[in-house]
Amino acid sequence: MAGSKKPDEPGGTVPGASRRPDASGRDDLDRRSRALDEALAARRPAARDGAERGGPATGGLAGFGQALRLSSEFIAGIAVGAGLGWLIDTMAGTSPWGLIVFLLLGFAAGVLNVLRSAGLVAEPDNRAQRPRADRRDEN
Amino acid sequence: MANDPIHQFHITKLIPIEIGGLDLSFTNSSLFMVATVATAGAFLYLTTASRGLVPSRLQSISEMSYEFVANMLRDAAGTQGMRFFPLVFSLFMFVLMANLLGMFPYFFTVTSHIIVTFALSMLVIGTVVVYGFWKHGLKFLGLFVPQGVPGVLVPLVVAIEVVSFLSRPISLSVRLFANMLAGHITLKVFAGFVVSLASFGALGVGGAVLPLIMTVALTGLEFLVAFLQAYVFAVLTCMYLNDALHPSH
Repeated sequence: MAGSKKPDEPGGTVPGASRRPDASGRDDLDRRSRALDEALAARRPAARDGAERGGPATGGLAGFGQALRLSSEFIAGIAVGAGLGWLIDTMAGTSPWGLIVFLLLGFAAGVLNVLRSAGLVAEPDNRAQRPRADRRDEN
Repeated sequence: MANDPIHQFHITKLIPIEIGGLDLSFTNSSLFMVATVATAGAFLYLTTASRGLVPSRLQSISEMSYEFVANMLRDAAGTQGMRFFPLVFSLFMFVLMANLLGMFPYFFTVTSHIIVTFALSMLVIGTVVVYGFWKHGLKFLGLFVPQGVPGVLVPLVVAIEVVSFLSRPISLSVRLFANMLAGHITLKVFAGFVVSLASFGALGVGGAVLPLIMTVALTGLEFLVAFLQAYVFAVLTCMYLNDALHPSH
């Protein structure tokens, strides 16, 4: 996460670096600007988390919001599964089977939705970026 | 009739328009959508018009809302996600302003109708699908095939992932709609108790204090929900856009 952000960081200019115009000054400038980039990258996510936490997630009402969020994820999964199953049944004439199969799939998808939005499942395709999946549960 | 908690959601036609059999009337819902856009636009325009280097209070509210959404988007979707900033910021401001306008007595709450929130969420998911296919082609479908799954389970997992993806616009729209609808109905029901109890004489007036306190507390809660739901809508938009930008790693 932090790696993808680095390029846009305005860390290239170090005030006072032009005081040493000799040959080694160039290397020194590069080294120092890199150090500044790293320091900024280390500091930035922490500052942002603090800002986010200070925003809407105050008090116990954030839990209320999360409860509504999780339940709607779960219900949406089941509703979509049942709807798809019913649609396939009416179009293909496989009467109860489409509904049965897709209701079960919808149930699984609902559980997956809930776990994912609660931050308990690392996105399957970016397990390497664990920090972001962890941060998700704060929203 | 004054106590009917559903009455506040009625759509009334202000200017009936019908084109080719389609009912395109200008309703009270349309009026409040226009009011929402006008209020949000005017607020942002007027507060930033002076462009003070040291911002005034109102200007700093505008700047804070910009920073808030920009950070949210950058956190969820990276720097590349900033190309969607206009979309996310407009959605956030629209939902927030519609929710807050709905808190005025006698005002219509645009976001308490599921067709409005569903249209907004279909806009988001449509953007995700169109941009994903345009940018990544068929590789966008890799979103549904997680890596490291045993070959036998792939069809099952893909089916679950597809249903999960299709449920996103539903959960996105139902959440916003249900919160606003339920909140306004609860508020109206408790306020109705105050009137009904107060008509029972002195004892009733004493008892009416309880629902009155509840109504005041619920009003505070509703303001919080109005903000929280706009925030959640924008955060989830950012996450879905992240899928469009980086379908598989």
